[in-house]
Amino acid sequence: MDYGVPAALGVAPELMEEVSTGTTIMACVYDGGVVLGADSRTSTGNYVANRASDKITQVMDNVWMCRSGSAADTQNVCAFVKNAVEEHGIMSGSDEPGMADVKLVANVTMQIAYRNKDRLSAGMIIAGWDRRAGPQVFGIPLGGSLEKCDFTLGGSGSAYITGFCDDTWKPGMSREEAEAWIRRAISIAISRDASSGGVIRLVTIHEKGAEKQMFEPAQHPLAYDELPVIRREEVVA
Amino acid sequence: MIPTRVSHNPIIGPGVVPFGVDPAYDAQYKLNQAPRSHVASHGQGKPFTVEPGPHQRTQYPYVTGTTVLGCKYKDGVMIACDTLCCYGSTKRYKSVERIKKVNSSTIISFTGELSDFHYIVSLLEELDTTDYCEDDGSELAPWEIHSYLCRVMYNRRNKFDPLWNSLVVAGVKHGRTFLGTVGMIGQHYEDSHLAAGFGNHMARPLFREKHTDDMSEEDARKLMEDCLRACLMRDKTMMNKFQIAKVTAGGLEISEPFQVPMNWGYEKFKDPTKHAVGAW
Repeated sequence: MDYGVPAALGVAPELMEEVSTGTTIMACVYDGGVVLGADSRTSTGNYVANRASDKITQVMDNVWMCRSGSAADTQNVCAFVKNAVEEHGIMSGSDEPGMADVKLVANVTMQIAYRNKDRLSAGMIIAGWDRRAGPQVFGIPLGGSLEKCDFTLGGSGSAYITGFCDDTWKPGMSREEAEAWIRRAISIAISRDASSGGVIRLVTIHEKGAEKQMFEPAQHPLAYDELPVIRREEVVA
Repeated sequence: MIPTRVSHNPIIGPGVVPFGVDPAYDAQYKLNQAPRSHVASHGQGKPFTVEPGPHQRTQYPYVTGTTVLGCKYKDGVMIACDTLCCYGSTKRYKSVERIKKVNSSTIISFTGELSDFHYIVSLLEELDTTDYCEDDGSELAPWEIHSYLCRVMYNRRNKFDPLWNSLVVAGVKHGRTFLGTVGMIGQHYEDSHLAAGFGNHMARPLFREKHTDDMSEEDARKLMEDCLRACLMRDKTMMNKFQIAKVTAGGLEISEPFQVPMNWGYEKFKDPTKHAVGAW
């Protein structure tokens, strides 16, 4: 049991052994595309190292990835995947440079995660739109399994909203409904998971392209037993 | 209350059994005779399930409160903290009163284990009850309460069974403003501005730069809010729901929960990795 680091940060050792690192990530399919969502908090122990991090990363123009777990591991996995998928596109003479099949990206990622399972701590969600199969979401949790699904959750905050998501999910939502649903779910996770917080980032991918959005705490739905957020207007130099 | 042992012995006659006749009964009585001021009288201080063999007493905190800030100002002293208690990384209880009134001149707040703080409050309530019963118009002063808590914390530490708290005690009595802290190993000091927990790292530097002992109440409150905001941004176990308590010569007051304005609208937050290809 490592008493050194947890003791220095003032946390009981067994409470610091989180395997899926502080984050809430999720993605879902809607009628015509996918929506990916994530919080923006990176914490080391109790200290918030980055309150505005970006956990949704672009792999190809039409395929993005949500990352949770060790930052180093997911960064490097993503770099490998980008490289492998681009090379595949060139070698196979793809007529859409910059785009790739979502299933291809997911499988490449899965192979890396599975074959290095004892070395990696990376939970990822691959989601995107391609012309062959339309909108798709794939979850690749710890261990390197691959599962195609309508929606999936990841990170420590996901435990708090699994019941909510199961209960309120419906297929064939519109883009606005899907975005509102993801925002609501992530804000609920943020309200109970101390390792998740900050802004809610959304990326929506559809036939025409991808759009990024950011929602400040003032724009989150109000959580139970909390006070409505006040925006601070003046900017401190 | 130990029931008095009544005798029906024809030799002694009816009545109460005197001391020295029944050793088992006397032993009970002896336990309560020795002064045990550090142990709440309802608890007896012994666990009722005791395993034989060597004990490991050091605990771990389970339900915890985070930062407390305190500072003196012109009219007195104020303490601020949030109303959240976490269970590990879960924000479990969001309406916890982490500032308690001890008596009419003293307030106390804590970081660390919530149950240990409740226990400390019950010890302080016993002290207060004793004062009340004596009914001589005199109450314990804030520094006396602080001193008492130093002894309690240090003695528990010596038994390898600490109360897992850092406490901040504040008050005003007889014209003297007091602000002091006690930690779980018995370390204690007084200062014009204090923090317990993360506030030591986030808020104390701000206090050192901007705090003066003769600040007005509005200035002190604004500085307190700035420090709370700094802590809120960087402590994951903190929530935006605070209480401020102040003690002056005129009395003490604990505020209703309020929130602090936050700034999240920076342009650079919107796409932080725009110019850093491959960054995160």
